[in-house]
Amino acid sequence: MLLPMAPARDPMTPRVARVRKRRRDGPQVFTLDIELDTAEADDLAPFAPGQFNMLTAFGIGEVPISLSGDAARPGRLVHTIRGVGAVSTALVGLRPGDAVGLRGPFGVGWPMEEAVGKDVIVVAGGLGLAPLRPALYHLFTQRARFGEVTLLYGTRSPDDILFRHEIESWRRRLDVDIEVTVDHALADWHGHVGVVPWLIPHASFDPEESVALVCGPEVMMRFTIAALRDAGLGEDAIYLSMERNMKCAVGLCGHCQFGPVFVCRDGPVFRYDRVRDLLALKEL
Amino acid sequence: METIEKAALTADGLQALLDALEARGYRVVGPTVRDQAIVYDDIESLADLPKGWTDEQDGGRYRLTARGDDALFGYAVGPHSWKKFLHPPLQRLWQAKRDGASVQVTPEPKDETRFAFIGVRACELHAIAIQDRVFLGGAHVDPQYRARREGCFIVAVNCGKAGGTCFCASMGTGPKAEAGFDLALTEIVEDGAPKFVVEAGSAGGRDLLAALPHRAAAAGEIAAADAVVAETAASMGREMRADDLRDLLMRNLEHARWDDVAERCLTCGNCTMVCPTCFCTTVEDSSDLTGTETARTQRWDSCFTMDFSYIHGGSVRSGTRARYRQWMTHKLATWHDQFGSSGCVGCGRCITWCPVGIDITEEVRAIRESQQDKGA
Amino acid sequence: MEGLERILMQHRFFAGLEAGYCELVCGCAKNVRFEAGQYLFHEGDPADQIYLLRHGRVALEMAAPGRNAVTFQTLGEGEIVGISWLIPPYHWSYDARALERIRAISLDAACLRNKCEADHDFGYDMMKRFVPVLVERLHATRMQILDVYGTPA
Repeated sequence: MLLPMAPARDPMTPRVARVRKRRRDGPQVFTLDIELDTAEADDLAPFAPGQFNMLTAFGIGEVPISLSGDAARPGRLVHTIRGVGAVSTALVGLRPGDAVGLRGPFGVGWPMEEAVGKDVIVVAGGLGLAPLRPALYHLFTQRARFGEVTLLYGTRSPDDILFRHEIESWRRRLDVDIEVTVDHALADWHGHVGVVPWLIPHASFDPEESVALVCGPEVMMRFTIAALRDAGLGEDAIYLSMERNMKCAVGLCGHCQFGPVFVCRDGPVFRYDRVRDLLALKEL
Repeated sequence: METIEKAALTADGLQALLDALEARGYRVVGPTVRDQAIVYDDIESLADLPKGWTDEQDGGRYRLTARGDDALFGYAVGPHSWKKFLHPPLQRLWQAKRDGASVQVTPEPKDETRFAFIGVRACELHAIAIQDRVFLGGAHVDPQYRARREGCFIVAVNCGKAGGTCFCASMGTGPKAEAGFDLALTEIVEDGAPKFVVEAGSAGGRDLLAALPHRAAAAGEIAAADAVVAETAASMGREMRADDLRDLLMRNLEHARWDDVAERCLTCGNCTMVCPTCFCTTVEDSSDLTGTETARTQRWDSCFTMDFSYIHGGSVRSGTRARYRQWMTHKLATWHDQFGSSGCVGCGRCITWCPVGIDITEEVRAIRESQQDKGA
Repeated sequence: MEGLERILMQHRFFAGLEAGYCELVCGCAKNVRFEAGQYLFHEGDPADQIYLLRHGRVALEMAAPGRNAVTFQTLGEGEIVGISWLIPPYHWSYDARALERIRAISLDAACLRNKCEADHDFGYDMMKRFVPVLVERLHATRMQILDVYGTPA
């Protein structure tokens, strides 16, 4: 029988990489800057904003983590991780020089080309700002190709704000609007308190010529998308990043299925009109 | 156009086939009786085959009974399928060794086993083709699956008897073996003793056949073989209309029938274990006590487990209803979106091996008929 | 009162208000200012004013003994502060603090309630404006309660 070629590199075998830098970016949230040993780096594909890698803590396990760094600097593999389970806790405990396994990059990323010439509204909730950061870097680096750029970011409390210093430096740019809100705060917080969708009226965009990039907990994304639709955005102008249990990341283990799509391979970024009916179904 | 040879083999000829395969370095596996079922395992001679046995199958029921003749393949399919060998339940993916600060990862060597499958049914040929599309037809090719398929020699058998839960005829997957085999046999029992009409399906099959003691099949023998297949096609235990299933099920994801089946389903996962096309796997990382030597192993998984859809502290599909719906809609509906065909080959194993006898053909019928009542 | 009428009609909350009703509302309205840090009202005070914010932001907060006050909502230009005036016993259930200098229109709640009672059509128009605010805040509060960004157990 006629068989396809065997893959040049087995997609299930991790490359060995090393932690270069480790930095705390929030409560239980750490950003690891990882580099490959030179021999392993040759055929590594550059990543696109919105893609993810599978990181292995040797002896413990493997989890999908979105790339959160600048796609224009492919040698810098930056991942922002919250330590919640056994594997992620082990990963955030790694120190510079420690070994980590890496497979990837996988998945469909943010539609940066579709957004060219349009206003871009980036809406992030909680840790969702991490997979969106590469998109923001792209928007800032190629600023002239896009219309109005707005970042709306919501999280639990001021202590939970991710990349706080960086957001403040983005704020100093004169060509991007940034609004941050929290669910609750103490008196020393002078910013917004309230849910992310309420920030949308603050954003300046032409609903006919806009693209929205949304990432955060699923409940937050549903509310946000409803508000974006109320603001006049079409279903084909909204993109979201889905999350499901992943084991192989190459569409062969079946775990990440969401109706007919595999989140690892057909996503994690989906255009809203493709998944609208699926999102409405409980326990799909 | 190539002429398909139809040859005739005696039982001795079949033994010669097994011997020739072994001599050529194949690991020969086929049906054999064990633990009161017909399973697939290593075989050496005709004596290992389930001579004179047949199976009685129904929802949640499987019994072996004596036939009263010496047929070697006079039964339908048992709890095993060929995925046991091509997509094994447990396989190591890689090992890693820590040496100070560095780690060395060694992938498992390519599986060099060359399997010879004896007695592959038409439905199973379709199941293998379906798994080929999963593991070889996408952007990522499974290298171990590929290696095992490359070396595989398939001797198919046309079913002489339809099983109590079989519905390959309505799925268009049998009972006649049409493609995907090296050799296909139809067993004719004459005077209590079996002989075989043989068809070659590949150059490799033709070569092997040429090396065996055989003669051209007589017209009467060919007619008898065709009659066997026709008889099987006409006596299927179940049926399932499948042309409209994708849309029918995707339109009815909130149908009351899912609650109904959820009250019966134990989420034991038997159906996923015995189904010849179910392919889901999980991986487990392990380590020695010092953390120096670690490994990752892949093993079969089932969408019926709570772990399967676990994320952020809970399962997305926490109820039985959601998990049964996932299995059945994947198998019959979304498989079309993903792989361009149904995932079901009508072998009936899920019906036979379900401890409470849930019948996928009946579930489909119930949903379809309720739509007709509504005039939908 | 002409200036106040114009300001009121321009406020997002009263968009499309018919002229007659505008007069009624203006009869209960006056301009107010607050400095940053000043409280518009405190929990337990009689809910006798409704504030239409024209400029500046307000933090709604609740205090508990041994804990610093927690802000659960900020409101800004174009938004309404005050919904407790709608139902008896007409007491505020939280504090409202100006985050920066505030310019607002204050509506006397008792005055507005009486006018709604006297003219039910006018009352219905008012309810159609205030109830959506309540509903939006309820929806938002639910999402905040779910603590969607919280660390999973």
